[in-house]
Amino acid sequence: MSITIARSLDHALTTLHENPDALILAGGTDLMVQINRGYLNELSTVIAVNRIPELQGWKQQDDTLVLGAGLTYAEMEKSDFAAVAPALAQAARTVGSPQIRNAGTLGGNLGTASPAGDTLPVLAALDAVICLRSAQGARRLPILEFITGVKNNARQPGELIEEVHIPAAQGHQEFCKIGPRNAMVISVASLALIVDQQNKKVRLGLGTVGPVPLRPAEAEEHLSTNVNWAANTVSAATLDQFSTLAAAAARPIDDHRGTAAYRRHAIGVMARRTAARAFTEETA
Amino acid sequence: MTDIQITSPVSAPRIGESAPRPDGVPKVTGTFTFSSDLWHNNMLWGGTLRSPHPSANIKSIDISGALAINGVSAVLTHTDVPGSLLYGLEHADQPVLAADVVRYEGESVAIVAADHPETVRRALAAIVVDYQVTAPLVDPEAAEQAEPIHPDGNLIRRLRLRHGDQNIQGEIQVEGTYEVGMQDQAFLGPESGLALPSEDGGVELFVSTQWLHSDRDQVAVCLGLPPEKVRFTLSGVGGAFGAREDLSLHAHLCLLALHTGRPVKMVYSREESFHGHVHRHPARMWYRHHADTDGNLLRVEARLILDGGAYASSSGAVISNATCFAAGPYLIPSADIDGAVVRTNNPPCGAMRGFGAVQTCVGHEAQMDKLAAALGMDPVELRLKNALKSGDKLLTGQTITGAAPVAEVIKSCVDHPSTLIPSDDMMSLPGGAGRTADPHHIVRGQAMAVGFKNLLFSEGFDDYSSAICHLVDGVATITCACAEVGQGFVTLAQQITREVLGVEEVILAPAATATVGSAGSTSASRQTWMSGGAVQKACEAVRQQLLERIADQHQVNLDDLVLVDGQIVSLSGNFSLDLATATTEPLEADIEYHHAPTYPVDENGQGDAHVSFAFAAHRAVVDVDPELGLVKVVELTTSQDVGRLLNPLQAVGQLEGGASQGVGLAVMEEVLVTEGRIRNASFTDYLIPTALDMPPVEIAAFIEQPEPGAPFGAKGIGEPPSISSTAAVVAALRDATKRELPRVPVRPTDIVQLEDDTP
Repeated sequence: MSITIARSLDHALTTLHENPDALILAGGTDLMVQINRGYLNELSTVIAVNRIPELQGWKQQDDTLVLGAGLTYAEMEKSDFAAVAPALAQAARTVGSPQIRNAGTLGGNLGTASPAGDTLPVLAALDAVICLRSAQGARRLPILEFITGVKNNARQPGELIEEVHIPAAQGHQEFCKIGPRNAMVISVASLALIVDQQNKKVRLGLGTVGPVPLRPAEAEEHLSTNVNWAANTVSAATLDQFSTLAAAAARPIDDHRGTAAYRRHAIGVMARRTAARAFTEETA
Repeated sequence: MTDIQITSPVSAPRIGESAPRPDGVPKVTGTFTFSSDLWHNNMLWGGTLRSPHPSANIKSIDISGALAINGVSAVLTHTDVPGSLLYGLEHADQPVLAADVVRYEGESVAIVAADHPETVRRALAAIVVDYQVTAPLVDPEAAEQAEPIHPDGNLIRRLRLRHGDQNIQGEIQVEGTYEVGMQDQAFLGPESGLALPSEDGGVELFVSTQWLHSDRDQVAVCLGLPPEKVRFTLSGVGGAFGAREDLSLHAHLCLLALHTGRPVKMVYSREESFHGHVHRHPARMWYRHHADTDGNLLRVEARLILDGGAYASSSGAVISNATCFAAGPYLIPSADIDGAVVRTNNPPCGAMRGFGAVQTCVGHEAQMDKLAAALGMDPVELRLKNALKSGDKLLTGQTITGAAPVAEVIKSCVDHPSTLIPSDDMMSLPGGAGRTADPHHIVRGQAMAVGFKNLLFSEGFDDYSSAICHLVDGVATITCACAEVGQGFVTLAQQITREVLGVEEVILAPAATATVGSAGSTSASRQTWMSGGAVQKACEAVRQQLLERIADQHQVNLDDLVLVDGQIVSLSGNFSLDLATATTEPLEADIEYHHAPTYPVDENGQGDAHVSFAFAAHRAVVDVDPELGLVKVVELTTSQDVGRLLNPLQAVGQLEGGASQGVGLAVMEEVLVTEGRIRNASFTDYLIPTALDMPPVEIAAFIEQPEPGAPFGAKGIGEPPSISSTAAVVAALRDATKRELPRVPVRPTDIVQLEDDTP
C-alpha cells in the first residue's frame, strides 16, 4: 500500500493518472470508518487531498458560489458562508460532532454519495454543478447526474472532484433533518427548500428517502405556481397539497434507522413546515 | 444548576468534603493511560475469531492457513484450553472458546497472536470454520418450551414470590404489559489488556475490569493453574457500568501469552465490543395492581420475563432483583410475582447499573400512574400514601431496618421549583440541530417516578472486601483491590484514611490480586460501603496499634490518647507527639470487612435476602413534537437517599451520569437485535444522549439519614440515578402525548403511530 500526500492539484492528478483506481482521502470521516470495519482491505494506493491549496475554501463569482471540494463542514457553518448559502450551512451543522465537522468535506460527502449524505438534498435543490478534473481535462455534471445510486457516483477512474458550483441565495432557504437524537445523528429523512425569488420558483430536495437525492417536480410546481409572490403568502390548502406531493415523491426503505412509512410521513411534515417558514400562511 | 456548593477545602479533603479526582484532569486532557494504551516492546497483538451465526454447530476448524502466515505466533482453539473449558460469574456455562456449537453471534471461536494487528486480521480471515447453521431461538417467551440450546437448559432461573394473603382482590384494578429494550453500558474504553508470561510458569494480566479476584479465579481454572500463579492488576478503566463484570478477553490473553512465551496485547474494536460484553436484559412485564377506593395498594400481580441470551452471566441475580423490586418502593400486603430469565440465541445479558430494578421501575411506575388515573387521584399523592418507610415489610417479607426515606425523596423532588427558562432557539426544541420544529409544534409533558434497589450482594452471598493500611513517617499507604471504574474510590479511600488517621498524605497502591485479598466487585453500589468499610477498619486497626505502641513506649494511659490532625495527644494534656515522628517504625493492618449476613429466599421468595436499600425520585419535563415523534428532555430533577454525603462533587457526578443513562434508555438507547443479530454495533447507530439531549440535572435534595451499619452512615449512590430516571421520562412523554407508550426506548414511530407502519 502506498499513500501520497498531494501538495498541489497537479501532484494529485498526476498520481491519480498513474493510479486511476486510487482511493481519495479527504477528511477521512467516512473512509476511515470503512477501513476500520475491514471493508476496504485490499486498497493499494491512497491519495490524501486535504492539503491541496486549490481545493480549499470557497469564493463568490457574481451570483455563483465556487466551493472547493476540500471545503469543510466547519467552514460551511460560518456566518459569512451562511449568509449566501443558508441551507448548506444548516445542513453542515447537522453533520456529526465538531471534530467530524472540522475534518469532513463537501467533496467527501459527494464522493461517498451515501443516501444519507447531509449536503446532497441541498445540492440537489440548488441544481449544483459538480466540477471534475483529471490529468486529461475537466468536465461538469449536474448533481443529479453525478450521484448515480447508493454510494455510487459518476466520477471516473483518474478523476478528482475539484469544485461545486451553486447559486448564491436568491431568497429563503431551509434545511431540515430527522434523527432520533438531537445532534450527531445519521439522517433518517432530510429536506431542503430553496426559494428563488427572481424566477418565482421553489425547489425542493429530499434526502435519505431514495437511493439518490430526489427533486419532487410536481410538489415544486404546485407550490411555485400557487404562492402569492407579491405578498409572499401561501394558502393552507396549497401547503397541504405541497406536503402530500412531496411525501408521495419519496422512495424510502425500511432499515434499522427508521421505517419507510415514517420517512415518507416525515418528508410531508418537513415540506409543509419549511414552506410555512418561507411564506406566510394565509389565514382563512 | 445545582445548589450543591463545590469548594476546594483548605487542607486535603476528608469525609464530607469535595475531593477532586486525581485522574480527572489527565482524562480530560488526554494523558490518562487506559488499558488500551498498555505497551511492551516485545509484545504480540492478539485477536479473536467470532461466530458470524447466532446458532450453529461447528463441524471443523482449520487453522493451518492462519498458521502459515508469516508473523503469526499462535492460533488457538478450544483444544488448547488446558483447564476447564467453561467459565461464568454464577454458573460456569460459557466456553472460553466454542467447541462444537456456537450460541450467539460474536461468540469466540479461535484466538490469534501475531506481530502486528494487520497480521492478526489476515490470520483471523484465514481460519476456516465449517458451520452447520441452525435456526436460532430468539423469542424469550418460547424459550422454556423449546428444545434446550445448552446442556443446562433454557430456563436460567425462575422465582415465584408469594407474599401475604393470596385471595385479596382490590375494588380498583389496573393492568398493563410493558417492554424494555436491550440497553448497552456504552462505556468509552473498549475491552483491552496486556498479558505477560511469568518466570514461574504463571501469567500476569493488566486489564480493565470490575472484579480482579473473581476474574483471576475464573481464568486460573481455565488455565489449569493455581490462583497464585495468575496475577491480575487493574489497568486504566474507561467506564464499566456492569459490562466488565464478566470475563471478555482475560482468558484469551493469558492463553496466548502462556502459549507464545511473549507479552500479548489485545484491544477490541467498537463493533467487537458490542459483541464482547453482556447487555442489560430486555424485559417483558405484565402487571395487575389492586387497590381500594381510597388508593391503598392491596395486591400486585406480575409476570416478568427477561431474555438472558446465550449464557447465564449474572442473570440469576438480576431476576432476583427484578422480582423482589417488581412493585416499587411501596407497602403492599399481598403479591404474586413470577420472574423468569431464560436462555436464547440472543446476545448474552448480565449486569448493568440498576440490575433488574431499572426494567421493573418502568413497569411499576406506569402502573402507579394508571392506578392514579383510575382512582382519580393525584399520582404523587398515591405514591406518598403507599410509600415504604423504615420498619415496613418488603414483598420478600423482609423488614426494612435501615433508612427508607421514600416520602422524603418524592416530596423534595416534586416540591423543587422548576428553573426552566423558555427558549426560542430552534436548536433547543425537539429535533435539535435538525431544525424540524417551530415552537408552536411543541407540546410539553411532566411526570415523576420513584424507584429503589438493594445495595451490596444479596441472598446469602459471603460478600467482603479486603484492605491493607501501612503507616510510616506519617504517610499512609492503602492497598485494596477495589476496581476504580470511575465511581470515586480513589478519592474516597484517601478521604477515609485522612479522617481516621489524621494524616495528610495517603498513597493508593495499585489494585492487584498479588498484594491483597479480594475487594469484591465494583457493582451493586457496594464499594463505598464495602471497600470504604475495609479501609476504615484497616486504618482504625493501625490507629489502635499506634496508640498502644505510644502508650507503651511513653508510659502514658492508652485511654487518654487520641489522634488529632497529625498529632498524638493525651487528653490529660501532658503528652504530645507528631505523627511522623511516632511512625518512623512502620505499622500495618490487613483486614477483611464483611457486611451483615443475608439469607436465601424460600420457595415463596420470602427471606431476609438483602442488607440495605437506596431510593431515588426523578421529575422529568419533556418537550415533544407529536407530528414527528421527536422529543427533548428539557428538565430533570432528582432527590436521592444517600445516607451521608461523603464527596459532594463525586455524588453530583453520579447523579448526573446515572440520569443520563436513564434518559438514554427512555428515548434512544437500544441494541437492535433481529434473528439473533445486532444491527447497530457502533456509536453511529447505538445512540446515547448528547449535550443537546441531556438537560442539566437539578438536584433537589440529598436526603441524609445515616444508614445503620454502613461506614460513616453512607449508602452507595451509583445505581439509583439510573432507576427512576427512565420511568420519569417515559411518564412525562405519556403526559405530553396522551399515548400509552408501553415500551422503552420510546421511538418516534411510537409517538406518531402511523396506520401503515410496521416497525
